[in-house]
Amino acid sequence: MEQPNLSYIKELAGDDVAFMQKFISIIKEEFPVEVKEYMRQLKNDQPREAAQIVHKLKHKFNILSLERAYILAVEYEEELRLGRIELHSKFITILKNIETYLKTI
Amino acid sequence: MTMNCIIIDDEAAARAIVAQLCSKIPELDLIDEFSSAIEAIKFLNQQTVDVIFLDIHMPGFSGFDFVQTLKNPPKIILTTSDTNFAIAAYEYESIVDYLVKPITLERFEKAIQKVKNTLAQQPKTLNKEDATSGMGKELYINIDRRLIKLKFNEILLIEAKGDYIEVKTEKQLYRVHSTLKKIKEKLPEEIFLQIHRSFIINFTKIIDIEDNSVLIEKNVVPISRSNRPELMRRLNLL
Repeated sequence: MEQPNLSYIKELAGDDVAFMQKFISIIKEEFPVEVKEYMRQLKNDQPREAAQIVHKLKHKFNILSLERAYILAVEYEEELRLGRIELHSKFITILKNIETYLKTI
Repeated sequence: MTMNCIIIDDEAAARAIVAQLCSKIPELDLIDEFSSAIEAIKFLNQQTVDVIFLDIHMPGFSGFDFVQTLKNPPKIILTTSDTNFAIAAYEYESIVDYLVKPITLERFEKAIQKVKNTLAQQPKTLNKEDATSGMGKELYINIDRRLIKLKFNEILLIEAKGDYIEVKTEKQLYRVHSTLKKIKEKLPEEIFLQIHRSFIINFTKIIDIEDNSVLIEKNVVPISRSNRPELMRRLNLL
């Protein structure tokens, strides 16, 4: 499974340590909120609303250099808009992987 | 020339990235950030800005809804995770460029240059048609001392052939003494993509894609292994 990394953010930050720290703090705060919201929408059987959150999450996949995860999220977002959730389990695996990674940075 | 700018994006992480990019451009003065278009409209009722970095995909009130509410819109650079809005973006005069996330510094600088070029052309603008012509919807090629206008949306593909390039449009084939590198700099990245060292395609014209090639009208164009991931990333896959 591909692993998240901060290479894009490091490149953007250069020597700017303050930006790195600020960004890590933002993603650590924002990511769990979006995951929670995604789970809530699914629990309430609102796949189209869940698609909105997947849209946000897929951007974070991009930021964390998760190319294959991003492609899956694009597919899943469209699936959700059609009211289907077949890719949910694969999506959850990616989210858990990121969650674990965020604890290490 | 200093340009005031604001960022509108419902994601804090995305705002932080655009703010960081802005900090690298001396001419940009980031004066505020907003997590919703509604908040930004209130702000813009009080203050004018030169540039807006605008996320298209926001719940409730999209970026396009926002653009339509502005009576005298400043220059707008769209930021998005989707490429499938690129054509729609070109319908709006105020939208100067379209950045696909994650945004690189190199691409960001190019967008700012487009804004500067557009602003520099404004005083000379005589009418609406002149104004839009400076916004990158076409390019001119030099053939036998004639400058021929080609609209971006009519170009199918460009192929490198030695010291020449062949620009294939829906109606005609043009042979121009130039290089792929040179023409690539003139083409909007939102709809054009180099998929092979000898080919740039207008990816809105793709009919289908097989393992190592794309079909554009009747033209089969090879995809190099190194360019394939970017092509796949930019497709609106179902």
